[in-house]
Amino acid sequence: MIEITGLHKKFGKVEVLDSVSLTIADKGIFAILGPNGSGKTTLIKSILGMVIPQQGEIKIDGEVIKGKYDYRKNIDYLPQIARFPDNITVTELINMIKNLRNRQANDTELIDMFGLEPFLDKKLGNLSGGTKQKVNLVLAFMFDSPLLILDEPTTGLDPVSLLHLKDLIRKEREAGKTILITTHIMDFVETMADEIVFLLEGNIYFKGTVAELKQKSDRNDLEHAIATILSENK
Amino acid sequence: MKQFRFVLGIFIGALLLSLPAAAVTTEVCATCAVKSVKDAVLQASPYDTILVRGGTYLENNIIIDKPLVLLGENAPVIDGQYLAGIVEIKSDSVTLRGFVLQNVGLSYTQDFAAIHIGNSDYFVIADNVLKDVFFGIYVQKSDYGLIHQNTISSQAVEEFNSGNGIHIWHCKNITVTGNHLSRLRDGIYLEFVEESLITDNISTNNIRYGLHFMFSNHDDYYDNVFINNGAGVAVMFSKFINMKRNKFLRNWGTASFGLLLKEIYDAEIEQNLFEENTIGVNIEGTNRINYKNNRFVGNGWAVKFTGGCYANIFTGNDFLSNSFDVSYNTKMNDNLFDHNYWSSYAGYDLDKDGIGDVPYRPVKLFSYIVNRTPETIILLRSLFIDILNFSEKVSPVFTPDDLLDTSPSMKIIND
Amino acid sequence: MIKVLQYSFYDLIRSRWSYVYFLFYLVLGFALLFLNNSVAKSVITLMNIIIVLTPMIGTIFGVMYFYSSREFTELLLAQPIKRTTIFIGQYLGVSLSLMLSLVIGLGIPFMFYGLWQSAEMANFGLLLLSGSFLTLIFVALAYNIALSNDNKIKGFGYAILVWLFMAVIYDGMFLISLIIFEDYPLDKFTLIATMFNPIDLSRILILLKLDISALLGYTGAIFQKFFGTHAGIFSSLLVLVIWTIIPVYFIARKASKKDF
Repeated sequence: MIEITGLHKKFGKVEVLDSVSLTIADKGIFAILGPNGSGKTTLIKSILGMVIPQQGEIKIDGEVIKGKYDYRKNIDYLPQIARFPDNITVTELINMIKNLRNRQANDTELIDMFGLEPFLDKKLGNLSGGTKQKVNLVLAFMFDSPLLILDEPTTGLDPVSLLHLKDLIRKEREAGKTILITTHIMDFVETMADEIVFLLEGNIYFKGTVAELKQKSDRNDLEHAIATILSENK
Repeated sequence: MKQFRFVLGIFIGALLLSLPAAAVTTEVCATCAVKSVKDAVLQASPYDTILVRGGTYLENNIIIDKPLVLLGENAPVIDGQYLAGIVEIKSDSVTLRGFVLQNVGLSYTQDFAAIHIGNSDYFVIADNVLKDVFFGIYVQKSDYGLIHQNTISSQAVEEFNSGNGIHIWHCKNITVTGNHLSRLRDGIYLEFVEESLITDNISTNNIRYGLHFMFSNHDDYYDNVFINNGAGVAVMFSKFINMKRNKFLRNWGTASFGLLLKEIYDAEIEQNLFEENTIGVNIEGTNRINYKNNRFVGNGWAVKFTGGCYANIFTGNDFLSNSFDVSYNTKMNDNLFDHNYWSSYAGYDLDKDGIGDVPYRPVKLFSYIVNRTPETIILLRSLFIDILNFSEKVSPVFTPDDLLDTSPSMKIIND
Repeated sequence: MIKVLQYSFYDLIRSRWSYVYFLFYLVLGFALLFLNNSVAKSVITLMNIIIVLTPMIGTIFGVMYFYSSREFTELLLAQPIKRTTIFIGQYLGVSLSLMLSLVIGLGIPFMFYGLWQSAEMANFGLLLLSGSFLTLIFVALAYNIALSNDNKIKGFGYAILVWLFMAVIYDGMFLISLIIFEDYPLDKFTLIATMFNPIDLSRILILLKLDISALLGYTGAIFQKFFGTHAGIFSSLLVLVIWTIIPVYFIARKASKKDF
């Protein structure tokens, strides 16, 4: 369970998160939505401890995370942009992360699933964007952690891999995990998300299920529902 | 014995030309008829020989007032017990050879010496060992003397309560050769000494100068070695001095130098070695001096000019790895540097004639700055100083712009 | 920490620049010994190069590595590793790989020319020690600059400026103030001013060992008393250690406050 209270973050003069309070219960898929610059990534990075908020408190399983790092062993994270050191190979990268975490991982299965074998001995700098994203996915899913944070997981994936990804996420849900996803692909949200958190200008505008959001905006499909919200708030 | 005396007679005769054949030899030893040197001298007639056998004699103030030959056999020790001087020579033609003289008294009013020679010509002081002396050999107003192969040492710590090894004052035609001097105030001190020769001496670890030369003209000193003396060798207020093949080594320290020249005119300085001295040669008000074929190796300053120096000529010298080759305190230059080897010369020799095609500028701007503000030495070899030196080299502003070696040698000249 | 250090270290020693840096010192060492044929003289020339070059390379590599390893850093930040561990580990990785290039690059030619028999071994050792300290110090300074500037161009600019200041400008100001205040006793000022610049401090440490101590003595008793003794050399080294610790502490402090 993640409890966020009164979270404030400014980058210089720009207020990115303005007193965000949010509780995310265990189990299920939570989609964090919002227009560009609404603070989605900042919120995620605050949970991970990569961004340090000026005010507010984040608790994970009842424990305040400020200044701590050990709690991250229960989190798997997929960063928005797949960026890796250029001059090491895929195998080396995977082994390095395994070594750093010092835990069992099911990387072979994932490599197999995404067809990464031919790239294992290639340097990461020589890989295409899509392949890098697959490596990114392997790193995020190979540990069996109770909390999964996926920042734009669909970027640059081909349709087959996208299907694999959806399967993976479903499987993790069935295994009883908490999954946070940010995305712009509404179709993905509609089919996958149990609950939606809608961020707007650093505030939580809406929190609830897809059906509730449609109801609130009086629209039938999610894409239009969101468009309506955005136009109303201009 | 007769034969011995005969050989000895020839030897000493050759040196003194005044020893008559009829001389008598008196022996001194613990079991002899004469038991002290003093008694032997009292009893002897002029031109006698006194042979002192091995042993220790506790005597001082032995006054020799007639021409005598004193010979030590098996290094007899005359111990002055720190009371006064040991031997005082007051007559011409005295020879003292083969003794160990030790423990001379220290005085602030009298110049006690192991051997004191006053107004006595034709003396020979040879093969003696002088230990724990105040002054070693003190010579005044005595001419035509020989000081040969003596070893003189003391335990000098401070200048005010220590004396010189060989102290010569107002003398002519003295030869000082092959002596070893250490731990004294000055190793050799010369004042108003003319026409004398100082050769093959080794002077080390003296607290002031290895050799100290004042108001003395027409003297030569060759093949001496001066190592690790307080301030090196000082030659002051003198004319027509020849200094050749000497070694000035490791005189390190505040105000230390290999050779200090002050008010010297018309001297020849050739084939000397100046190695690892804070200042190789410190020159103050010297004119018409020729420096030829000397080697300056690893000194702080190889040659440092202070005060007006005119018409000095440096040719065929080697300047190797000195922090500063030449230092000047003025922009004026009346001295000539030609055909020397400079290890920091960075020019080239395209026509392969062994002479660099671009002139060498031995004075660095930084040496000028250090002269002005000594503390700036702390910046030695820093990048900023290198840049500064380079810009001064390109267009001289502070250093004499005509101070150039226009034909620097590409190879070491004196090996 | 060891793991992070390891990865940064391996990452760097496999990069082209480490080889270039290593080969540079290797060639330099051989060339100097070949041309001078004397270890003593080579040590002086090397000193001139090391006190300028190690800080410069340290600064540039430090900044460069920080910016180019941002991806790696972000990857690590999501792992259960303490922030200070990540940055100090990386910092040590960079510093160690540079120090290794220096020590091995120069060490090989000097071994080859029979350093062990030479009396210059202590001086050479001190030279490498100072070079290593300068690397540690300037990589740390570079890391501080890079941590405070997300803009690479700005970061590089400041880093070069810091190097230029320490290597050249500081000495220029030092010289000018010595000349301006030449009528006053300057011993203490000089001593303190030296302590505030690690490049100057290393230079003097080496010069003292190279028998120029007597030249320093020329300026006054305090230098000789201070630098001439073992206590002086020890305290100079201590100051270099402090010069290392302070920027490293600031790396840790800045790192724990920065957003990624």
